Amino acid sequence: MSSSPVPSGGGHRADVRGGPLLEVDHVVVQFGGVTAVNEACFTADPGTVTGLIGPNGAGKTTCFNVISGLQKPTRGKVRFQGKDVTSMPVHRRSKRGMGRTFQRLEAFGSLSVRDNVRVAADIHRGALAGLLPGGGHGKNIDALLERVGIAAYAQERADSIPTGTARLLELARCLAGDPKLLLLDEPSSGLDETETDAFGELLRDLAAEGRAILMVEHDMDLVMAVCDTIHVLDFGSIIASGDPAEIRRDPAVQKAYLGYSDEDGDADGHTRTDLPVVTDDTLVIPAVREGAEA
Amino acid sequence: MSSFLAFTIFGLVSGAAYAIAASGLVLTYSTTRVFNIAHGALGMLLSFVFWDFSVRQGMPTLLALALVLFVVAPGIGWFLQRFVARDLGDAPVSVSLVVTVAILVATLGLAQQVWPPEARSVQPFFAGTSFEMFGFFITAHQVLTIALSLVVAVGLYVLLNRTRIGTAMRASVDNPELLKLFGGQPERVAALSWAIGTSLAALAGVLLVSTIGLDYYALLLLVINAFAAAILGRLKNLPLTFVGAMALGLITSYASGYLPTEGLLNSVRNVVPALFLFAVIIAMPQAQLRIGQVKGIVSAPLPSPFKALGWSGALLLGVMLLASGMSEANLLLVGTAATYAIVMLSMVLLTGYGGHVSLAQITFVGVGALAYVKLDQPNLVGVLLAGLVAAGVGALVALPVIRLTGLYLALATLAFAVIMDKMIFQADFAFGFNGSLNAERLSILTFQVESTSAYVWVMALFFVVMGLGLLVVRAGPLGRMLVALRDSPAACGTLGLDQRWFRVGLFAVSAGMAGVAGALYAGLRGTVGAAEFQFFGSFTLLLLAVVFGVTSVTGAALGGIGLMMLPVLQADYPQIAGLFFVVIAVGAILLARDPNGLANQLFRLGHLLDRRFGNRIRERIPVLPVPGGSLGGMREHARAEQDANAHAEATLDTVGLGGASHQAGPEGTEGRKETAGVQ
Repeated sequence: MSSSPVPSGGGHRADVRGGPLLEVDHVVVQFGGVTAVNEACFTADPGTVTGLIGPNGAGKTTCFNVISGLQKPTRGKVRFQGKDVTSMPVHRRSKRGMGRTFQRLEAFGSLSVRDNVRVAADIHRGALAGLLPGGGHGKNIDALLERVGIAAYAQERADSIPTGTARLLELARCLAGDPKLLLLDEPSSGLDETETDAFGELLRDLAAEGRAILMVEHDMDLVMAVCDTIHVLDFGSIIASGDPAEIRRDPAVQKAYLGYSDEDGDADGHTRTDLPVVTDDTLVIPAVREGAEA
Repeated sequence: MSSFLAFTIFGLVSGAAYAIAASGLVLTYSTTRVFNIAHGALGMLLSFVFWDFSVRQGMPTLLALALVLFVVAPGIGWFLQRFVARDLGDAPVSVSLVVTVAILVATLGLAQQVWPPEARSVQPFFAGTSFEMFGFFITAHQVLTIALSLVVAVGLYVLLNRTRIGTAMRASVDNPELLKLFGGQPERVAALSWAIGTSLAALAGVLLVSTIGLDYYALLLLVINAFAAAILGRLKNLPLTFVGAMALGLITSYASGYLPTEGLLNSVRNVVPALFLFAVIIAMPQAQLRIGQVKGIVSAPLPSPFKALGWSGALLLGVMLLASGMSEANLLLVGTAATYAIVMLSMVLLTGYGGHVSLAQITFVGVGALAYVKLDQPNLVGVLLAGLVAAGVGALVALPVIRLTGLYLALATLAFAVIMDKMIFQADFAFGFNGSLNAERLSILTFQVESTSAYVWVMALFFVVMGLGLLVVRAGPLGRMLVALRDSPAACGTLGLDQRWFRVGLFAVSAGMAGVAGALYAGLRGTVGAAEFQFFGSFTLLLLAVVFGVTSVTGAALGGIGLMMLPVLQADYPQIAGLFFVVIAVGAILLARDPNGLANQLFRLGHLLDRRFGNRIRERIPVLPVPGGSLGGMREHARAEQDANAHAEATLDTVGLGGASHQAGPEGTEGRKETAGVQ
């Protein structure tokens, strides 16, 4: 645990716009005797992409559940736009401008892809809007599908499309509500390389529109390419925070991910200081944490 | 003071029996996540078995008891888990509840079939032996009951905390998949817990039966007592369940001791467990939304407006022709079928589209009928107001459960149905005890619908109008929201939908539709009484709705006819009356996983015929103009949905994602399909 769990106070542009959009303040989540999230502190600022990385079971999705309101934290606070939303119901957070996607997909399987987004737009207009005849936003929906690149699937049932497409559908559904904060839970898994590149660009575009994006992601290339700030979770605690270059160099991160750090590199008889932490084949986060090798 | 002591002891004894039943319920629910609503019914059935062994066949009491508790009951529990309730843990509540309601109805049918109604009695254990305590006599049976409840409590504690299989059971509660990975056998654990649970239901039944008598329905409601006690421990904490059961036993006992024996308060004693249930539910904390259970349901296809209007016209014409030459008695049957069909429409909305289960739809029919009679407005306004009253009552039932999940809503409706059945409907201000009220047939815009044939046609018209309305709603934004909410409540929440109020609204509208059916029914019969709206009717209603298809208007029409035929057939063949229940239950169990039911099989047949002969016929028919307006949206939607369905099936066929649970043929629209990409 070398670096401080408290983030550096966020990004570059946040200060200009006045305070972070989202503030996770010493959040603790315990399930029985297991501490899933331990004193997590981080922020997400408008116009930036923040990455949340870490091995499986590190508590990333639990953090998302706390932020979006699906999980009550044992301790700690979540502030959104400066307001304490810790005990606010899920739908009201959404109304204030939070949108999220799910690691385990939650698309509306019985509806077509287009109708998935249409429902989201209807909900965004208000529950009573459901009583009025639909229409008027059809073009927006098609534009949205086009934007995330799934227009070709518009007429298909959402439970019959490939995983990667379904993740993009969840993003499109989110965007129908024009959220200020996007919580994306492993958005790129299931996408191929070209699709991932396009997706990275889309993320930068969305951030450039002034949205804050918080992303849990396992694809390190993508994370390093698009994130302004990265927080590394391990066993529920943030073990490192910083920009991609800092994270790359952080010994604690290397230790958590690879089971060794720069310091003990020489002891092994190898020189690992220049080891490329991020290449296609070396830094693949193990699906299951391997034994404590350190 | 001595009477207080007597009531206390009596309360503790009943509480002990409830505790035994409730721990069985907790055990099965917590290890398999299937709430067995037939828990009390199984206790009832096994009490009959015990009577058969010990009284009819004259076995020694102990042998009979041992056979029931250690052979028959575990056998039934094991069988039910392995072959009926298997894999229901992850199913939506609308599927798992239907299956266990089917078990309940089958159990009742079986009991009535094997042991037809006659006077039977079971002696208490050690009859005649009693001890004196504080100047009050306590029977050996009562001591035994309390002692056995302690044995069960300690036994379960030891089993869960001190044995390997108990550890596996507790692990199974948390994560059956993980248990499997670590070499456990969740399936064996599940079967074992059902075996023990059923045995405990039997023990509770056998202990209670000497006091409350061998009755098909009384023990059936034991599930409410057990559930009320169990939810105090959130359906997983055994000590709290024990406390809840004792509290319930005491309250019930004091209620029967100190409540006045006349008036409305007299009948309160019959519904204490149900009231207790509501009280506990209101005190429950907010439930978390569950994620990770996304399943799309391939619903029966929406008809095009042209088709819907065509069939509506055909139905109205058919009823008109049929009604013109029918006897009065048969006309009443057709009217009854129409009533049921409208109630089934309310379930298409609630269950078929919304994924929620109500076990009180017949009660809402009763509320509507009562309101119609009391309002004394035999016209459209009266019918509408009766519907509004039922809707209001429906909202009141759904409100206390607003923070909880679908299972609690369904069980709250059962408690509500029992309260209305045993207390309100029989009260003097309602139908009166064994009483009935007169109702007038409605007039439409000063035109009095006097003859039964005309009235039946008006009922069919109501069905058609409400059915078309339902289709329009389903095709619109509201219908999409309903389906979205059924598919993923969590996603709807994160998109900003306040599903709590949405659900209350949905429930109210559904209750209102049932209320309209009740108002029409009152006018049809002329006299209505409490006996027509007993809680059990909602069970058979639910099962038939599922059998005939709870996702389509056609299913509702067929289901209405089916439900009307049930008592007719039972009266015609009294010697196999119970078997009809069993047949329906088996049908529901087979079809529960495909809520589209028989109606959908008809649609598929229709498609098949259409494909073969349709073009040849169409060539000879001139092109008709397309109806516009709001139905236009429905048409567009129907086409889009058909495309989507066809595409989904094609993909599934080619990819071979089908798996074991369903076969999607070229026309196949059945089965539940998991999201292609669930990790």
